Amino acid sequence: MSQRTIIPFGPQHPVLPEPMHLDLVIEDERVVEAIPQVGFIHRGLEKLVTKKDYTQFVLVTERICGICSFGHSLGYSETVEALMGIEVPPRAEFLRVIWHELSRIHSHILWMGLLADGFGYENLFMQCWRLREQVLDILEATTGGRVILTACNVGGVEQDIENGELNGICQTLDGLRGEYNQLLKTFLKDKSVRHRLVGVGYLSEADARAAGTVGPFARASNIPEDIRSLGFGAYAALSGFEPITSKDGDGYARCEVRALEVLQSIDIIKELAEKIPDGAINQKVKGAPEDGSYAVSRLEQPRGECFYFAKGNGTKFLERFRIRTPTSQNIPGMVQTLQGCDLADVPLNVLTIDPCISCTER
Amino acid sequence: MSSTIKSPWLIHYDASSCNGCDIEVLACLTPMYDVERFGIINTGNPKHADIFLVTGSVNERNISVVRQIYEQMLEPKVVIACGICACSGGIFKECYNTLGGVDVAIPVDVYAPGCAVRPEAIIDAVVCGLGVLEEKRAALAAGELPPAELPELPTAADKQLDGVSVRDAAAAELHAEIRDE
Repeated sequence: MSQRTIIPFGPQHPVLPEPMHLDLVIEDERVVEAIPQVGFIHRGLEKLVTKKDYTQFVLVTERICGICSFGHSLGYSETVEALMGIEVPPRAEFLRVIWHELSRIHSHILWMGLLADGFGYENLFMQCWRLREQVLDILEATTGGRVILTACNVGGVEQDIENGELNGICQTLDGLRGEYNQLLKTFLKDKSVRHRLVGVGYLSEADARAAGTVGPFARASNIPEDIRSLGFGAYAALSGFEPITSKDGDGYARCEVRALEVLQSIDIIKELAEKIPDGAINQKVKGAPEDGSYAVSRLEQPRGECFYFAKGNGTKFLERFRIRTPTSQNIPGMVQTLQGCDLADVPLNVLTIDPCISCTER
Repeated sequence: MSSTIKSPWLIHYDASSCNGCDIEVLACLTPMYDVERFGIINTGNPKHADIFLVTGSVNERNISVVRQIYEQMLEPKVVIACGICACSGGIFKECYNTLGGVDVAIPVDVYAPGCAVRPEAIIDAVVCGLGVLEEKRAALAAGELPPAELPELPTAADKQLDGVSVRDAAAAELHAEIRDE
């Protein structure tokens, strides 16, 4: 009978850019149970909604998370627009989705780099982050910010991207696709990468459903759920959208799903850049949400489905704003994948769900 | 110039940052900005590190973690607050769980503002920090480095906004709600 030991993992740990804590109960080298602890990044920003009015609060929502910052401002704006019945101009809808997909590309490439770092492929990590800078350059050229964009506001977007500039973006993305395909070959075909990922952190389809997983984590376990296929905003203008799934449910499948989603996002941006209508980019917003009114909206963040709730009280300050973030949905699934894995695979297993702790704890 | 500042190693801890500054810290280490060419290496071990990069404001849960990492680092050491949240609390200053900038927990040597802090600003702050590191090293060698003055750690109960205790205000609000019902 081997002895049980508890090993603390985090909050300060070399593979985690963000603090999270796991108590790993291990027998020899095998993890029997993982008990997560959260709260290291809790700021309590949902309560700030009572101190900043609904047009200012979009700046706070951007800072929920620096990686999915545009997505959160988009989700918040859509919720408040639903609350107040504001019609957003079509050009603004298209621009929002273009920025949102650019954020997804940079988020996924960033994650692939961290994963490569996690399994000890330093060169691949550096190459991924080098490639990601091209996307950040586009974001900086169009909005002025590298990670916090401040491009979205209630009623539309802050600034326009001219059609000529959109063509330039498409050309940059074409160049990026060429370089990215080479990286993709390493991620999906390289023997050492496969050796580290195949079979690691397996989660079956039934378990993934029972644990309520979302996003690429769920899609890697063959659950074809993607809010984008419901066609909110400019996604309705796409000629077709099929969520990318994989049947394997292991670390390799999660890597494959995210890797292919980057190419899908490039296609979406190129299609929308062709179809984008001319016109206004902003709708003037007046008045305040009615007392007792509430609205919800859903959005596909890079990490999965994100849910927003807002309630008005007749003043310029919202009564309540609530977010349910993808990572908080994925933590039970992650804990399940950790049971029975080797201690050395724990960092990799944690990484494969693409945890975003600042979203989770807010 | 001593050998200490030729290859400073740094440790990064995310206090309660939104990730924006964290990924910019990592971006500094990767090919676009590539501070590794100056011998700067990101380490996970506080005992190996000369420079402590902190992003984000501190809260009740992580203030002791920040203090522990700082205490584990060996002298001479430099603390750099990256981003406006680490400098002062930034946009989250009014949040009930934010105790303020990193300087409420540990002494800070260099402040790098920005939201999110730009990689250029981080590199600039590190270069600034190297000067401080060299001063501290010289003082340590001469036996004149005074021990760091560590402030007493505040708790959420001490947090005040506009002169009113946040905890008291929340309790009063809750009582009012219960009374109304």
